[in-house]
Amino acid sequence: MNKTAKTGLFEKYLTRGAESSIHAAYLKKYRINRILVRLTQIFLLFAFLLLWETASHKQWINQLLFSSPSEIWSLFVSMLLGGELTVHITATLLETILGFFLGTLFGTLAAVGIWWSRFVSDVVDPYLVVLNGMPKVALGPIFIVAFGGGYGAIIAMGVAISVIITTIVVYTSFREVDPNYIKLARTFGASKSQIFQKVIFPASFPTIISTLKVNVGLAWVGIIVGEFLVSKFGLGYLIIYGFQVFNFTLVYVSLFIIAICATFMYQAVVSLEKHLLKQRD
Amino acid sequence: MTDREPFIQFEQVGKTYVTLDGETTALENINFHVFRGEFVTLLGPSGCGKSTILSLLAGLIKPTGGTVLIEQKPVTSPSRKIGYMLQQDYLLNWRTIEQNILLGLEIQRQINDANREYALKLLDEMGLSDYRNYYPGQLSGGMRQRVALTRTLATRPDILLLDEPFSALDFTTRLRLEDLVVKTLRKHKKTAILVTHDISEAIAMSDRILILTGRPGQIKSEIHIPSALRDPLPFYSRDLPEFQNYFQNIWKVMNRDE
Repeated sequence: MNKTAKTGLFEKYLTRGAESSIHAAYLKKYRINRILVRLTQIFLLFAFLLLWETASHKQWINQLLFSSPSEIWSLFVSMLLGGELTVHITATLLETILGFFLGTLFGTLAAVGIWWSRFVSDVVDPYLVVLNGMPKVALGPIFIVAFGGGYGAIIAMGVAISVIITTIVVYTSFREVDPNYIKLARTFGASKSQIFQKVIFPASFPTIISTLKVNVGLAWVGIIVGEFLVSKFGLGYLIIYGFQVFNFTLVYVSLFIIAICATFMYQAVVSLEKHLLKQRD
Repeated sequence: MTDREPFIQFEQVGKTYVTLDGETTALENINFHVFRGEFVTLLGPSGCGKSTILSLLAGLIKPTGGTVLIEQKPVTSPSRKIGYMLQQDYLLNWRTIEQNILLGLEIQRQINDANREYALKLLDEMGLSDYRNYYPGQLSGGMRQRVALTRTLATRPDILLLDEPFSALDFTTRLRLEDLVVKTLRKHKKTAILVTHDISEAIAMSDRILILTGRPGQIKSEIHIPSALRDPLPFYSRDLPEFQNYFQNIWKVMNRDE
């Protein structure tokens, strides 16, 4: 009796919002699948952590190298309570956000400049290709000398890694706007800057937003590498420091925090994109 | 009407496009004039330079020979006297319908209460005032082209250039829109030049038809449409017996050299 009431309730939950019995069956199938996917994901995570913990505990794997979830957790909690973790997280987050923001801004501005003059775009084309092909991380030593061994060099790395690709992608999207839109604006007597403001820029806006998603990832690469090279703070620094003193638990703590922060930043850009582009088809 | 001086004149106009591969003559020795309030159609096969004539008149490109005059003055750059309707609506999908119809006024820095009100009144005439806060993606093809017409008329041009504005629409929508365009242009006393390859559309809508040949484009023949066909709206003139005669004549002229 009790059991049927319960399944009835679950059934109701699975078919909520259904308009007909066919729709209900479809919704039920879809939702059961969703629930199964989630449950499997959670199961895999716990299984992995449990296996890791057991393997480390029973010394199947090298404890020094692989640490264990419980040790990582307790180090995380003690660093968090000690307040030092906040300093590192804040430093890296600020650097990443700034590098990401400046890289996107400079890249977009460069793209505008190149779009403005066909001559300039013809001239800079081979240079862009070379700069794009070059691994920006290799510029690290130059940044350290140029900007000093602090935040400057780290942010420069974050900017360098995203600015060229942003320029190329955004410029390409400017060029790909249907020329008939430009013709339309010209029939009203639009100037070049009006064509840019009213047509080219808003039409390329979705591309610019989607480069943001790429740049979030690139900024993290740039900042972490930058911190490897010079810093005294930050999550990248914690990784290098942990490696130098052979405290791999510290390395894992830092890695997990980076993974979580990067995911949140990426999700923030995705929801920004959804919000800004919701009116377009 | 015909003894007044011409509003638009093409004198010995030629246009040659130059590319790395060489040159292509799009138009040669084009001579015609249009009077104020007239509806003239340029009829010809695709690639005969019809659209080039409109671009020259709109001041988007310069002729390589001859002169284009509006009110006796040579055209050198885009003018506010001209409204241009393209083959597709080209509405900006990030703007609402209201923002779309104000685009021309915005570019010409003519946004004020009176002009905004005029644009909204035009939108109402098109039967679309309920949609002013919609986005183009939410409208049908015919509605979108009506919005494009409103956008063109909102800057109060004297001359309307219609570059196959119905070609992307289905037949029913097209017939309805032909009537609406003719009605609106008559009401607002506009001069219009339509470019099309559709013979029926040309007869149904215009006062006068100029038939062009292709490559390089030249005017082959001029046909005056009698008032019996001119006066009714396009949908009704398509039903009149004279309509078929004109269709046959034009068909013969167009196929004479093919």
